[in-house]
Amino acid sequence: MTDLNVETAIAPAPRRKVARRGPIVRALGRFGANRYAMTGLAVFGLTLAAVVLMPFVWKDPNGIDLLAINKPPGAGHPLGTDGIGRDVLARLLAGGRVSLLVAGVSTLLSTALGFFIGALAPFGGRFADAAIMRVVDLAMTLPPVILLLVLASITGPGIVPTIAVISLLSWPLLSRMVRSRLLELRERDFIIFARGAGAGPWHLVMRHGLPNTIDILVVYATLQVANAILLEAGLSFLGLGVPPPAASWGNMLNAARSTVVLQSYPWQWMFAGGAIVLTVVCINLIGDGLRDAFDPRADLE
Amino acid sequence: MNQHSPLSDARPLLDVQGLSKHFPVPGGTPVRALDDISFSIGRGEVLGLVGESGSGKTTIGRSILRLIEPTAGRITFDGTDLMTLKGRAMRQERRRLQYIFQNPFSSLSPRMTVGQILTEGLDLQKIGTRAERLERARTALSQVELSPDTIDRYAHEFSGGQRQRIGIARALTMAPEFLVADEPVSALDVSVQAQIINLLRDLQLRLGLTMLFITHDLGVVEYICDRVIVLYLGRVMEIADSADLYAAPRHPYTRALLDSIPSADPGADRKRITLSGEIPSPMNPPSGCVFRTRCPHAEARCAQAAPPLEEVAPGHLRACWRPDVAGQPL
Ligand SMILES: Nc1ncnc2c1ncn2[C@@H]1O[C@H](COP(=O)(O)OP(=O)(O)OP(=O)(O)O)[C@@H](O)[C@H]1O
Ligand code: SF4
Ligand SMILES: [Mg+2]
Repeated sequence: MTDLNVETAIAPAPRRKVARRGPIVRALGRFGANRYAMTGLAVFGLTLAAVVLMPFVWKDPNGIDLLAINKPPGAGHPLGTDGIGRDVLARLLAGGRVSLLVAGVSTLLSTALGFFIGALAPFGGRFADAAIMRVVDLAMTLPPVILLLVLASITGPGIVPTIAVISLLSWPLLSRMVRSRLLELRERDFIIFARGAGAGPWHLVMRHGLPNTIDILVVYATLQVANAILLEAGLSFLGLGVPPPAASWGNMLNAARSTVVLQSYPWQWMFAGGAIVLTVVCINLIGDGLRDAFDPRADLE
Repeated sequence: MNQHSPLSDARPLLDVQGLSKHFPVPGGTPVRALDDISFSIGRGEVLGLVGESGSGKTTIGRSILRLIEPTAGRITFDGTDLMTLKGRAMRQERRRLQYIFQNPFSSLSPRMTVGQILTEGLDLQKIGTRAERLERARTALSQVELSPDTIDRYAHEFSGGQRQRIGIARALTMAPEFLVADEPVSALDVSVQAQIINLLRDLQLRLGLTMLFITHDLGVVEYICDRVIVLYLGRVMEIADSADLYAAPRHPYTRALLDSIPSADPGADRKRITLSGEIPSPMNPPSGCVFRTRCPHAEARCAQAAPPLEEVAPGHLRACWRPDVAGQPL
């Protein structure tokens, strides 16, 4: 056994072009190869482009055409008009802007909130962890509908309150997922090394927590966009979301509360409903694609 | 303490006295992972730490760096009492003591490039400019015989042996004087184990490092270690120069460990003692000598009190009640 003087071979890893790519680039490569996810992304991209750009070239969403009230789709008004003669297509586009803005901003907020709270818990010491998890548990056990109603009735209707309500309702789930991932990570030797070298909670959260939960964040964020669109629609349906005359997909759908509109003027709510369904489906396809792409097991092949 | 290794100075670089660690178990008796461990290491010396799985080797290594907070004991490094150092002072001192982890897969972040991994410690300690840190990282890579362009790659692109080299390089960037190598090859293919051991040996000689080399493989110890501690259930059974330990083990447990090394000479008709039975639980260790439940020489007094660690030959300590079994080939 004394003869261990085997030649010390320097073995540089084989040079492959792919080997240079980081884990995130590789995940995106897998995403690009997923046909369903790419279809979802394309349709969602078109919707977004239409909603952002079209209002500049199409009619004013609040312009009233008294000669065309409750007109079915046809020349001049491709998607018809509503009960006071406003163009449904113009309102659909303007409403999409509001709905996607509400969804996008509230997703950013709740993702940031959920991540930081969930990541500080495992890295901030035992007391912080216990305190944070109490709050999260409390927030999760409250029935969401009741919480939503209470929050919304405090803040009142409007775009900013709607964003706030949706954000506050959604973060605890993400916090839980981030925390449980990082509790596992915390025992790894590279974290023990970093701590030994003097890493504080901020370093651990940003340099180790963030890159190691990126898959969770990306998937949560996409699904949360869909969730927020539905929540906004629900709030508007209850009269608490974005108030008229501003359009949102939610308050357009709200028009279907009237049986007359529901039965006789389906174009006034169907297109908004269709846009919601289409967008949510697309985003779910994207979210599923991202989940598969960021699955850590995919890197093991 | 006893310093008979030819390599050691008068004052040991590291001195550990009465180290104990009891892990609290919620709603249960604590795990007595270490009980009153004392030893010291001279500058430039390689001290082996041998014992079966669960004997407390990692706990000793991590306690020295205070990656684990010991329950009791004094740890003196180069004249400084590490146990009294707080926060910043401890972190600065810890540059001089570095740890090489057993598992090269859990010791490197999968989301960082090798460059980020190697400069993280320097970043945290605010050592040098960015360029200087990268320079140190490149130097460390060449010290572990990896090419400098490794620096932009991710750890997952490397084999276990190469990852372990990266882990060693990370320790070297901090310019340490003392290394704890915690079973650095046990997770690797047999074919690369010798390479990593040789690398550590070379580095130790070239950089004048002092090393605590943890292993459960007595075969490796003889090659790399000057002295050896044999650990069983969190207690020291025997401490001796490695040559002495192989030639004339004084403790029945050491004897059993040596006998369990597969012999190169199958014809050798030696009377072997083999370890029978399970290692007792560290939550409920046997009274007296902890080895008595598996010791072929155990007698009544072994159950009454723990045998003290006594010097039986110059620099050779052991903990056993029976002088008659000491030193004799069994
Ligand atoms: N965090 C902990 N909580 C409770 N018990 C622990 C903890 N860490 C270690 N132990 C226990 O302490 C004892 C010593 O563990 P340690 O990891 O030091 O052993 P080891 O000699 O390094 O073993 P191995 O060869 O398997 O690495 C074991 O019984 C182990 O179960
Ligand atoms: S003290 Fe007794 S039980 Fe322990 S090793 Fe010696 S003989 Fe065996
Ligand atoms: Mg261990």
